[in-house]
Amino acid sequence: MSTLDSLNLSSIPAADEALRTEVRAFLIEAMRDVPAHVRAKSWSGYDPAFSRALGKRGWLGITFPKEYGGAGRSAFARFVLVEEFLNFGAPVGSHWIADRQSGPLILKYGTLAQKQFYLPAICRGESFFCIGMSEPNSGSDLASVKTRAVKTATGWSLSGQKIWTTNAHHCHYMIALVRTSGDPQDRHKGLSQVIVDLSLPGVTVRPITDLSGDSHFCEVFFDEVQLTDDALIGAEGQGWEQVTAELAFERSGPERLYSSIVLFDQWLAFVRTPQGRTPEAVRLAGKIASQLAPLRAMSVAITEKLTRGESPVVEAALVKDLGTGVEQLIPASIADDLFSRESADIPLELLQTLTYVTQVAPSYSLRGGTRDILRGMIARGLGLR
Amino acid sequence: MEDLLADALRQQLQDQCTTAVVRRIEASGDADALWAHIDNSGFADALVPEAQGGSGLSLREVLGLMSLCGRFTVPVPLAETMMARSVLAQTEGPDHPARGRITLAQGHLLPDGSLVCASVQLGRVSDAVLVSDAVRSWLLFTQDGQSASASFVLDANLHWSAQHMAITQPLAQHHDTRLLLACINAAQLSGALLAVFNNTLQYANDRVQFGKAIGKFQAIQHQLSLMAEHSFAAHMAAQLGCASDTASPDPVRVAVAKARTSEAALEVAGLSHSIHGAIGFTHEFDLQLFTRRLHAWRQAGGSESYWHTVLGEELVDQRRGLALDLIRSATDTTV
Repeated sequence: MSTLDSLNLSSIPAADEALRTEVRAFLIEAMRDVPAHVRAKSWSGYDPAFSRALGKRGWLGITFPKEYGGAGRSAFARFVLVEEFLNFGAPVGSHWIADRQSGPLILKYGTLAQKQFYLPAICRGESFFCIGMSEPNSGSDLASVKTRAVKTATGWSLSGQKIWTTNAHHCHYMIALVRTSGDPQDRHKGLSQVIVDLSLPGVTVRPITDLSGDSHFCEVFFDEVQLTDDALIGAEGQGWEQVTAELAFERSGPERLYSSIVLFDQWLAFVRTPQGRTPEAVRLAGKIASQLAPLRAMSVAITEKLTRGESPVVEAALVKDLGTGVEQLIPASIADDLFSRESADIPLELLQTLTYVTQVAPSYSLRGGTRDILRGMIARGLGLR
Repeated sequence: MEDLLADALRQQLQDQCTTAVVRRIEASGDADALWAHIDNSGFADALVPEAQGGSGLSLREVLGLMSLCGRFTVPVPLAETMMARSVLAQTEGPDHPARGRITLAQGHLLPDGSLVCASVQLGRVSDAVLVSDAVRSWLLFTQDGQSASASFVLDANLHWSAQHMAITQPLAQHHDTRLLLACINAAQLSGALLAVFNNTLQYANDRVQFGKAIGKFQAIQHQLSLMAEHSFAAHMAAQLGCASDTASPDPVRVAVAKARTSEAALEVAGLSHSIHGAIGFTHEFDLQLFTRRLHAWRQAGGSESYWHTVLGEELVDQRRGLALDLIRSATDTTV
């Protein structure tokens, strides 16, 4: 319990908070004409030009050291930026994974040459990454991955298949968790991470259409893809430990609270009109806000732990499980509110946004670890496993 | 300073406010001995300015003390008195007789001029009540009124006659007693929630069925994980409710704090009983001392829906633009 006991109210330093004014002014201008149902894609929205524009302003890889193109700022600076991006529904999907976890992973485990090669391009918004974890028979049971990299005279030969890989069809690189020794029954032993250039011969990427009609995730096939020696990131056989550290970055951010926030704001705008305001809607607005506020405070507290170099895995799981619950409550309860009314005078844009968010909401508690996996991690943190 | 104070109170409550003592006071309604110990230690004056003989602490600094009142199911109005003495010291001047056990309540004047307060928190073991209606506040002594039992065992329905009200001066300032009660109950809930969670975790590790501790079963583990989530969200919410550098709470933050801790109270109370099974439903087992209070504190000072409406009115009627900006103002602190 000791780790959870220390999740205490923290504050964002003034220097990092000061970024907000600048980024908000930019977003008000950039997002002015984008309709809500498009902004509701949140961090699934894809726009390379937008990513490059952020890179020009120094807002990508802001936590990376200056020698690699970053700004050497703290995790709090990134928290402020990301919180604004998400609340405006900015199309951050292109660079999202690279900025959030691939870059930090390379920074933590990469060689000097790897850092010099990959990080500056991430900071410019020119190099996009995806995460190669899941496979057709390795979903929640990640340690059972079968994709294998076999040592060759010049590097590695990679064969196998990844699936549910977000944005693989738009990315330049994948950081894949693969087996480099032993067998699937060796579980956590013998796994490594490799950086795969997705333009190499033998790589096939096929988008999968999701239930909303979008194609944001893919299957990726590797047929004896020849990787050079320096494709290995970190130590051979340390893949499981590295992935665990990576998932702390993946799960701890404010994107686990704000996936439905564009819908909430759009509905609020309606509730603020004379025809939209009802006592029930006012109460619901307060309910959602009162659940989001402590979660935001917890997310800030986790960010504070990241700035101290800690890896708050259990806390992040706890906030993600609760946070995705609120993210799913928002479309469910807003639909109930709107369709409990006598009048059907609901703005079309609000309805379109509601429909989109209702469709994609199940993914909130699947991506980055399902509810059941997260609760298992919390139970382990409580000493029950 | 705040840690030293909390350690001292924890030590004192461990020694003098055992569950056996809590049970005796609930049965007899006589809490004088426990109160004498606590009051002598000065905790009740923690929020009173130093110039008036108190410790001059801020709300932020006494959160730990109030949360311990929940953790130990303190059956005397320590948190309530702390808050009442604080507001009286701030507004009524140094000569005001803010001694003894003072609880907080909302009341209303009846057409005949008498005043009633329903379900006064710890009304049976209080010397006085800081009572407010919509416009006025009074400090009324329980011995001057009539007391009847209320739904929670140490609470009371109180009534002061028209004759008594005719000779009682309202206080110089109006105090929002519901806000004050909500602030302290959020803090007390956070302490009680962590206690219930820790006790249930311990029980799941100890209780053996089907040849192993029930905490080894995934279904129980997931219920405990959910309890942990709610308990720690409530812990953070209570910190927000007390995130003030003065002795006065901020209404928006208290709305968040009381709403979220009250929601957690319902969830955690239900899960704790589910995991304990029949033993947790007995009078003899201590769980009931906590879960009855989880429900009582959820209600007193406004349930979650009351505060949802307060926060919703702020968000819908008083604010424009992003919901984020309200959430930030409720969560950002400068310390």
